[in-house]
Amino acid sequence: MKDAKHQEPAGKAGKWTIPGYGLLQGLFVSGRNMVESYYKKERCPVIQYPEEKADISPNFRNFPFLCYDGDRPETGLRCTACGICEKECPPQCIYIVMDRDENGKAKKRPKVFDIDISVCMNCGICAEVCPFDSIYMDGQYEMATDDRFEKLVLGLDRLAKSTDYHMQLRPKEATAVMEKRKAAEEKKKAAAAARAAKAKAAAEKKAKEAKEQAEKNADDAKGGTE
Amino acid sequence: MMLGNVEFEMAWLAPEQWPRLPQHLVEWLVALCGLPEWLVSIAGWFTSAGVVVGVFMGLFALLSLIERKTLARVQNRYGPNRAGWFGILQPVADGIKMLTKEDIVPAKADWLLHLLGPVLIVIPSILALGVIPYGQDWVPVPLELGLVFFFAVGAMTEIAVFVAGWASGSKFPMLGAMRAISQMVSYELPLIISALAVVMMSGTLSLPEIVESQGGYTLGFLPQWNLFTPWGLSAGVVFFIACIAEANRCPFDLPEGESEIVAGHMTEYSGFKYALFFIGEYLGLFAISALGITLFLGGWQSPLPIFDFLPSWLWFFAKLAVVIFIFLWIRATFPRVRIDQLMRFAWLCLIPIALLSLPTAAIWHYANKANNDIVAWIATMPLVLIPWVVLTVLFNRRLSPATTRTYHFAE
Amino acid sequence: MISDPLLQQSSPVLEEGSDDDQLLRVSLGPQHPSTHGVFRMNVELDGETVVRLKPVFGYLHRNHEKIAEGQTYLSSMPFTDRLDYICPLTNNWAYAHAVEKLAGIEVPERAEYMRVITAELTRLINHTAFAGFFLGDMGAWGSALMYAFREREKILDLFEDLTGARMMSNFMRFGGCRNDLPDGWLERCRALVDNYEPFLDEMEMFLLGNEILIARTQDVGQLPKETLINGGITGPMLRAAGVAYDIRKVDPYGIYDRFDFKMPLGEKGDCYDRLMIRFLEMRESLKILKQAIKDIPEGDFIAPKAKIRGFKPPVGEAYGRIEGPKGELGFYLVSDGTPQPYRYRVRPPSFVNLTLLEEMCVGLDIADVVIILGSVDIVLGEVDR
Repeated sequence: MKDAKHQEPAGKAGKWTIPGYGLLQGLFVSGRNMVESYYKKERCPVIQYPEEKADISPNFRNFPFLCYDGDRPETGLRCTACGICEKECPPQCIYIVMDRDENGKAKKRPKVFDIDISVCMNCGICAEVCPFDSIYMDGQYEMATDDRFEKLVLGLDRLAKSTDYHMQLRPKEATAVMEKRKAAEEKKKAAAAARAAKAKAAAEKKAKEAKEQAEKNADDAKGGTE
Repeated sequence: MMLGNVEFEMAWLAPEQWPRLPQHLVEWLVALCGLPEWLVSIAGWFTSAGVVVGVFMGLFALLSLIERKTLARVQNRYGPNRAGWFGILQPVADGIKMLTKEDIVPAKADWLLHLLGPVLIVIPSILALGVIPYGQDWVPVPLELGLVFFFAVGAMTEIAVFVAGWASGSKFPMLGAMRAISQMVSYELPLIISALAVVMMSGTLSLPEIVESQGGYTLGFLPQWNLFTPWGLSAGVVFFIACIAEANRCPFDLPEGESEIVAGHMTEYSGFKYALFFIGEYLGLFAISALGITLFLGGWQSPLPIFDFLPSWLWFFAKLAVVIFIFLWIRATFPRVRIDQLMRFAWLCLIPIALLSLPTAAIWHYANKANNDIVAWIATMPLVLIPWVVLTVLFNRRLSPATTRTYHFAE
Repeated sequence: MISDPLLQQSSPVLEEGSDDDQLLRVSLGPQHPSTHGVFRMNVELDGETVVRLKPVFGYLHRNHEKIAEGQTYLSSMPFTDRLDYICPLTNNWAYAHAVEKLAGIEVPERAEYMRVITAELTRLINHTAFAGFFLGDMGAWGSALMYAFREREKILDLFEDLTGARMMSNFMRFGGCRNDLPDGWLERCRALVDNYEPFLDEMEMFLLGNEILIARTQDVGQLPKETLINGGITGPMLRAAGVAYDIRKVDPYGIYDRFDFKMPLGEKGDCYDRLMIRFLEMRESLKILKQAIKDIPEGDFIAPKAKIRGFKPPVGEAYGRIEGPKGELGFYLVSDGTPQPYRYRVRPPSFVNLTLLEEMCVGLDIADVVIILGSVDIVLGEVDR
């Protein structure tokens, strides 16, 4: 590193100015801004919120929502209540209770899934860590209410949103997820088919063996009786 | 035309006479009722005062909106536009808000003085507005010593600010009050000295006569306002700068410097007392600008002979609007100066220039007597330019970044 | 009677009988219009001259470091956004840099370029907003701030498109960035960079020649170079005094050694130089941005081996530092092999730069205190953590 390669005077090099020139320059800039604000959009970029709204980027993220396949959130929820998001959530605003049947066996779906959006800081880590493509970040931002507990703690009923909503909100991401899931499904199906075929073959083999054994036994018995 | 037994003159209805119309009407009505002469003139005074207060209160409301709108536009915003059409009802909304707010008096405050502060700040401004000639023959109170009266009541605002700051019993208001006193007292001097040059030239302390002395046009189109003479230019610039300081406007709004001492003398005020400070400040702004217009910008005189047909008070208010706009523009642009710089600027810069404008005016007077404009200009211009040359040299030696600063670049 | 000396100072009564009962004790802050948040200075004034000044921190303390020690490495990333909330992306980078050093993760080329672009945009935001806030401290009626925010808004729009949030970006990951650049983002960024120069010209015309600003800032808040170095001051404040110390140059991280840019240095180190240095630095940032936008390659935006879930660095310690817009921003991490850091420590530039506040202010006016505090360029989220 070489020090102080060359010098450069500030402003207009070595020129004498009369006092007051800088003030006039400032007045010129502010005056220009005032006049141009009347006819240049760039000089008056205010968006008057309730009447007009800014374009939201497709990437914009706000509070999370849960995705479900099909028409009914009761059946189609992708969430398996694994609790990874609950663990990774930095402000710990997610609360999950696994749904269990009467024997205490996990049903692999949440009974309670609450997100306290007054604590949530919209970081999107839950969406990132979810291995089941279940939780995504919403783009809705008009959430102001007058009740901190009833209305700002979102339960399953308000969190669950259909895949169509996701598709509408973030087409690119949703399509990618769809394709990934379809591929996984097909793979699973293929795997299941293969497994079924294998099982069938095994069963057939077993059956054949059993038959042979039976025949052999029968033969033996026959021979024995002879 | 006689109506009843008292004269009703049709001339009262001429546009030129509009500001006096209420006074005329009231006087006529009172006279019509057969009341004695002294009562007629008292009724006339009260109406006249009512018109002044009413007009300037209306202008205050308008200005509080226009100021916010202008500042907003300079800052690339729209400004208030929710209350009424283009936010025209914003002053009303502000007023309602101010009136309904809780009036807090700090425990350590002297409650009587705390109450008196904001009241005292409004009264002198209204009094000062009374002696200004708004039109050719409309001076609410035509005092022979109008200028002296103006400065006398103008000095009262300082006391009011100090009372407010001291009575709050708190630290920031105290600092603000001390700043206000030192600032206003030192800026009173250049203000008065530069006004003195005008008095010297026109030979009178009566404001209507000062305006009349600025009538007429050089070469048929250049108005003979005091600003367009060498001595008037330097005195006018000094007066304008001192005006800003007297009115506590940016860049000399140190008494309420909100980034340093919160709100200065207004820190402990809320509700309508706070609003009164604003009213006082704006009325003071109107008064001091009106005085500046009277002294240097030809009062109600029209700028071009072809516009002489317009009523004179219209010209006065047009000039007032321009001056106030310049105040707003400056406020939107400049940062605040520091207290020591402010004082140094007044004593080392403004007062010498103001003093220099007195001999300049004298030279101009005698050269003009010889009826030779060119000689007068040549004789006076050096005196006007000397301060600027000195300032330029000092500025470039000491402060100007172009000549005092270099920046290096390391690879 | 209140026994806590701090509380006593805040009460508006002059203490009588003590040695310096002639002094006016004023508590500037935490509720004060120009303390950049909830900073507090207990100032003792002789008239308007500052005799003593004691900074009081902690009104915005959020326990950031301790919280980070109780959760996974990734979970701390969004909290770093909230340190210096004017420039979250450099905070992200500093933290990611420290973790990458700790775990020895390689960052792909494209991610490095994306980091440089976002970091330099952040520097633009910070220095532009600084000029606005600085003028606000001086009592200008917000015009400069509004112009600054007008341009900042455009950069924030870019950030929103890229990271999903305007300020709380949470963008960097250990081994890259969270997502790739959206379509057309680079073109928009290029257009913004091209339009930034005229804006800087306008800003310089608006501010730098202004006689009132010159009178207010020149020879205010000067300190000798040695004091600054001993105090650990970094960033534009140090460079304004003429010390050539910029981590992008002296300890290049990322890919900064590839870019052609210079380090502007002042001479006096007063408030005017600090403002000027920031303007010059913005022009250098534009240079870097132009080169980076031109050179950015295709490729991965995050290392393919990078783990999002179940990230466990090996046992060890690391100190990762970058040149944040406000100075040296460092993260010190100690790992014991678990998913949580054993020790997590931030070296915030605002906080360290603030330590010499009293030295700078004593003997000056109360009005100078405000602009010196402004020229240090603090963000309370970072000072108090």
